[in-house]
Amino acid sequence: MSNRHPLFKPLIFVGGLVFGFGLGFSHMARPEVVVNFLLFEDLGLPFVMFGAAIVSGIAFALLPRIRETAPLTGNRYERRLKPFDRNVLIGGAIFGVGWGLSGICPGAAYASLGVGNITILWALAGMFLGAYAQGYWRSRRAERDSTAVSAD
Amino acid sequence: MVTDVVLLQAAAEFFPNGISRYAVGGLLVGLGTVLIYLGTGIPAGASTFLESTLSYVSDQSRFQQYVASRDWRVLFTAGIILGALAFAATFQSGLITSPLYEPGTTGQLYEVAGVTLWTTDIQPWRLFFGGILVGIGTRVGKGCTSGHGVCGVGSASKTSLVGVLTFLTVAIGTAQVVAALGVSP
Repeated sequence: MSNRHPLFKPLIFVGGLVFGFGLGFSHMARPEVVVNFLLFEDLGLPFVMFGAAIVSGIAFALLPRIRETAPLTGNRYERRLKPFDRNVLIGGAIFGVGWGLSGICPGAAYASLGVGNITILWALAGMFLGAYAQGYWRSRRAERDSTAVSAD
Repeated sequence: MVTDVVLLQAAAEFFPNGISRYAVGGLLVGLGTVLIYLGTGIPAGASTFLESTLSYVSDQSRFQQYVASRDWRVLFTAGIILGALAFAATFQSGLITSPLYEPGTTGQLYEVAGVTLWTTDIQPWRLFFGGILVGIGTRVGKGCTSGHGVCGVGSASKTSLVGVLTFLTVAIGTAQVVAALGVSP
């Protein structure tokens, strides 16, 4: 959007820098380390995921009590709540097979490129293909549903 | 005293690389998320970048709903890549050392212009097919390890907790089966 605060994009970028540095430092950008966790050979991963969740959780709990809206967007401070349905289980299971097979997830894959992992381009290509396939299928289904409704 | 020794041995076995690099890295990942949330109110996840970026090249309705956020998501991802490069240029290159950072022995190191870079030993077919499933699953399942795992769990969202438990359990099972079939690395 064009009417965003001039600091909006710089802040997003700096947040990404810190986020990516943390993924590098924690070795989550190394698929081997993730696979080693899943094989119970190095249990470090939960310290990354839940450590990050605790830090962000404190902000998600406190900010809404301190201020109504965020200074750069005017968005209300809200928690990240998504409606539960079957897709959470189906998608989570598909994601789990992919994560277990490859040791990569989206954020860590971008960071992996940053630490020099050229081979991760295979995973990035796969992720975009997968995201495109599900988007294509869901767009078609949405079109079909809306024409079915308008035909009534 | 005896329990201390037993605990230490268990820790050495299950945490061959210590816990500090994981804990510090996790705090930084959380801090990056908090910075963005503080200024914008957005609980950022990494996987929506896939669909929002596809909106530049595809007219499908599923991707077009992310047009409003696609510019900043590109910046977020560019930040992640460059932040990881900053890590490579400092700690990975040995320019900065810290007792909190354990280097590790996985994969292959190589040098470009004085920067120590790293590349994986995991086979390309695993990355590619795993990537396809990650790409489908994260979008159908409404989030990934950062969206559900960090922001969702941080929000005490029941949906995200169920999502994380689902993909964690399935991933452990998958990795065990893949290893049992003799696939390595």
